Amino acid sequence: MSGGAAALPVPATAAAARRRRNYARRYALFIVPAAAVVVAVILFPWAFTLYVSAFDWRLGGERRWVGLANYAALFSDARFGWAMLRTLLYTVLAVVFPLLFGLAAALAFHRRFPLRGLARAVFILPMMATPVAVALVWTMMFHPQLGVLNWLLTTAGLPPSMWVYSASTVIPTLVLVEVWHWTPLVMLLLLGGLAALPVDPYEAAKIDGATPWQAFRHVTLPLLMPFIVVALIIRTIDALKAFDTIYVITQGGPGSASETINIFLYLQAFAFYNMGYASAVVVVFFAIIMALAALLLWTRQRVRLT
Amino acid sequence: MRRARRLLERLGFGFAVLVLVSPAVLVFLWMLSLSLKTELDNTAWPPVFVPAPPTLDNYREVFARNDFLLYAWNSVVVSVSATLLALAVGVPAGYGIAKMQAMRAAALILVARITPGLSYLIPLFLLFQWLELTGTLFPIVVTHLVITVPIVVWVMISFFEGLPGELEEAALVDGATIWQAFRHVALPLARPGITVATILAFIFSWNNFVFAMVLAGRETRTLPVAVNNMLTFEQISWGPLSAAALLVTLPVLLLTLLAQKQIVAGLTAGGVKGA
Repeated sequence: MSGGAAALPVPATAAAARRRRNYARRYALFIVPAAAVVVAVILFPWAFTLYVSAFDWRLGGERRWVGLANYAALFSDARFGWAMLRTLLYTVLAVVFPLLFGLAAALAFHRRFPLRGLARAVFILPMMATPVAVALVWTMMFHPQLGVLNWLLTTAGLPPSMWVYSASTVIPTLVLVEVWHWTPLVMLLLLGGLAALPVDPYEAAKIDGATPWQAFRHVTLPLLMPFIVVALIIRTIDALKAFDTIYVITQGGPGSASETINIFLYLQAFAFYNMGYASAVVVVFFAIIMALAALLLWTRQRVRLT
Repeated sequence: MRRARRLLERLGFGFAVLVLVSPAVLVFLWMLSLSLKTELDNTAWPPVFVPAPPTLDNYREVFARNDFLLYAWNSVVVSVSATLLALAVGVPAGYGIAKMQAMRAAALILVARITPGLSYLIPLFLLFQWLELTGTLFPIVVTHLVITVPIVVWVMISFFEGLPGELEEAALVDGATIWQAFRHVALPLARPGITVATILAFIFSWNNFVFAMVLAGRETRTLPVAVNNMLTFEQISWGPLSAAALLVTLPVLLLTLLAQKQIVAGLTAGGVKGA
């Protein structure tokens, strides 16, 4: 949902740097209350999770130090492996499609047309709507016998689908909901990017007689690339975080066909009350997300330089 | 000839925009349609699209359970408290971080923002159980701070960074303390930023599901949790379910339509800036 930070101005000399730091330090008091909250509800949970992950910690039951045994068990747990693969598939699909549709939508909304403000407001409604409410409506639409989507398919002469009720279609169907849900955010990020592009290259391209497609391919796309990378980063992280809609619509089913890491984690912690094991999942998942974010930020730096 | 082509192009573009907004419009219209029909019409095949005549029975049924109002009240208490607390600590923090150019603090907030909410739940759940607070709204408000504080701080950092510093500097030269410069100069200028932060923090707290699902007892459920429970127990009762779902998300939809500009500004602030 948010991207990078602005670059720091480089101080001229060490003395100026020191002066600047002393001046800046006076503002530390402003941060203290928020820092206290962050320590209590964010840093403490991280540390405590790491601690719990070294125990065989059952809710209301035994609590035994096991060192790294939870991690060892995790890496030989086939169910966790499948959850990782499913998360990977889900994430790839839930990044690529919103990016494509979001780019198309951003190009459309970049043009001026009557009622553009209203159309844009309507377009972003899905991402603001309460995920649970939206997931419930989709659940009703996916109903194999009475759902409106199968009526649409059969009316169009296509065979009906089992949607979330079959192991082979459940992941693409959940991705469909995710695409519907989050394409608007990609659109907003890229629309902001389009608004920030310089005008000169377009005029040059026009003078050179470029077709609209050529202008898009050779001017817009390269200039927009840094924004596309930001959207890619945000989308990847959000897709990895996806929980609400999957949980409400399938709870990981049918069987465990849509059990992503988040669902696996939830079930371990709050269905099986296996707190130590679930904490190990959190730590591994956190490491994966951090590594990915770092990799993507690094890519972004490179895109910016070229 | 040229005019005709232009008109055709315009029509084509209009059609493209229609295609773009129709998924959003159709899903919400279908939700509305389901909520205004009788159970018989809702399970009819082929589906009945326009309720004829529309009925408010589903809404009556939702409100007839007095616990719906209790859950609505819980949601209001949780979202308002979590938003106000986040503003109280987050606005000064955003100011401090912007002034100190404390990029490490900003990065920490960013990391908090991208971590899945679920991963905070295990330790906080164990903590609140140990403190025997699980039957109250308190744990839910506290966990919602995980969402609201990073939003407020992040929006305020980028907002305060965008403000010109001259006015505050003038106030400081005139002998104001930094607190006074913040309180009387920067804060009034930051009102649009605070509006953005308030709207976003409130919406994302209102929409949150997983924290209350794990931490709430029978009496302390928030609306998303209560509505999800309706699905689990009444598989095919689509009318009341859609009515309840629509009621939960209606405040957010209205807020989005009314404050579109602020929401767009807030959502793109962090993402686009500096790219």
